[in-house]
Amino acid sequence: MNRWKIIEEWFFKIISFIAAYSVVLILLYLLIVVFNKGIGALSWEIVFSMPKGGYYFGGGGGILNAIVGSFYLSLGATVLAVIIGLPAALFINVQLIRLKRTQNTIRFFLDALWGIPSIVYGAFGFAVMLFLGLNASLLAGIITVALLITPILVRAFDEVLKTIPVELQEASYSLGSTRTETALKVLFKQGFAGFITALLLAFGRGIGDAASVLFTAGFTDNIPVTLDEPVATLPLSIFFQLSSPIEEVRQRAYAAAVILTVIILIISVSARLLSKRYSKNIIK
Amino acid sequence: MKQMAFTYQSGLSSESVTLQNKIEMAEEIKDTSVISIKNLNVKTKDGDILKNINLQIPKNKIIVLLGPSGCGKTTLLKSLNRLTDLHKELKVSGQIIIDGQDIMKAGQNLSAMRQRMGLLSQRPFPLPASIYKNVAYGLKLKGIRSKKLIAHSVETNLKRVGLWNEVKDRLKSPATSLSIGQQQRLCLARGLAVKPTIILADEPTSALDPISTKIIENLFKDLKQHYTIILVTHVLRQALRLADHVVFMYYGEIIEQGHPDDILKNPKTAILKKYLVDGN
Repeated sequence: MNRWKIIEEWFFKIISFIAAYSVVLILLYLLIVVFNKGIGALSWEIVFSMPKGGYYFGGGGGILNAIVGSFYLSLGATVLAVIIGLPAALFINVQLIRLKRTQNTIRFFLDALWGIPSIVYGAFGFAVMLFLGLNASLLAGIITVALLITPILVRAFDEVLKTIPVELQEASYSLGSTRTETALKVLFKQGFAGFITALLLAFGRGIGDAASVLFTAGFTDNIPVTLDEPVATLPLSIFFQLSSPIEEVRQRAYAAAVILTVIILIISVSARLLSKRYSKNIIK
Repeated sequence: MKQMAFTYQSGLSSESVTLQNKIEMAEEIKDTSVISIKNLNVKTKDGDILKNINLQIPKNKIIVLLGPSGCGKTTLLKSLNRLTDLHKELKVSGQIIIDGQDIMKAGQNLSAMRQRMGLLSQRPFPLPASIYKNVAYGLKLKGIRSKKLIAHSVETNLKRVGLWNEVKDRLKSPATSLSIGQQQRLCLARGLAVKPTIILADEPTSALDPISTKIIENLFKDLKQHYTIILVTHVLRQALRLADHVVFMYYGEIIEQGHPDDILKNPKTAILKKYLVDGN
């Protein structure tokens, strides 16, 4: 190898090394800052108790309402998004297999929807909410977050389905399957591990978003019992606490951020583990 | 009829065969032919993939489609069970008559038609399920619900492909846990379970080691008693070992066809001569 090729080789090796490890370092730095600031205020009371009167002005209690509320909201939104997203992704990849232009047009719109900031979804959800005469509620929050994560979910499912070899579809058709049978009995199973990952990542995106629920989900010190009651969420809880002039409350915001980060880390790790577990049947 | 006689002219080994004999032979082939392809054309916007293919495929024989890469062998094979329907860029016209039915006509029951043809692809593609479920899949599609019947069929077909003894203790294991050669035999068993009459094999041994290749070839020799096998290959020796009838294709056209001894040992066209010289 001549000298320039050796230099070129080393140059790209160093650039790649720096790029890869800087991503890891940024994540580690973020975790250190959040944990460092929040761990002092973290207690069983914060995690497992409801806010007592004046919590956001330094009163006692915890943010159980926001933790449970976030789960309710994200779970509802994810279920709704899957109900829409999975058939949509299967439709794009099975029924539209011969219509590449239509497939690409739909993908273009989904990508555009993916790129819209979540505050715009919040504003849109708010307008729809007013139009339908709904109050800020769990239902309105679920619908708005579902709108936010559906394009993400469809494209993630779509990417999973795109990786499935066309020969597997041909094998299924040649055994006499219809398109629907191929979609449900072959493609769904083949893509299952990827679907689980996509689902959990969408759930993570939903649970962590503040802007889309700012106008639509409301906020409350209680855990909602019905869909038309307002719901507290962790991102908004962090936002309200960080806005407080009281130092103790701001510290609690970081404790809430630690809780949210841990939830998202658990979701990411679960996604990896489940994906690994369900990929044993997958044809590579 | 003229066309039939012409189609098989190159397959007749002796020049002493009279016109009457040729006509009789063509009629015999027509009677026993399971597939009749007439004026089949497959086009894309970039050009023709198959040009005016006319072919009679006789029953219970191994027909080898031979030719260089890109000559249209796989497209011809996939036209036979209309897997070409999955590709919008392909415009298919002509007739493919299987057991008296033109499968190219609209309103065909594609599922039933495809179940009559087992497909083996270049690389095995077992379904994402256990070994047992792979073989049972087609049966369930056919509406068979009896667990006894399904279990019997799974065992019978795994035995047929010589896989039963290797997998009988791990039928619930993922199909992907098998070696590539075993997966290919599993795919064959899966296809046989739905009781096809025709087996379409697209270079089924190209990803296999010599031992697995030999197993598959021997299986084909046994299976031809009950099935018509259409095999795509570009391995000349494999064609010689297996074929009852060779169809040589070049740039989407059938150049020569006939008995392997005639076609591969005494080629008539310059294209085939060159292919055989280069291939060897």
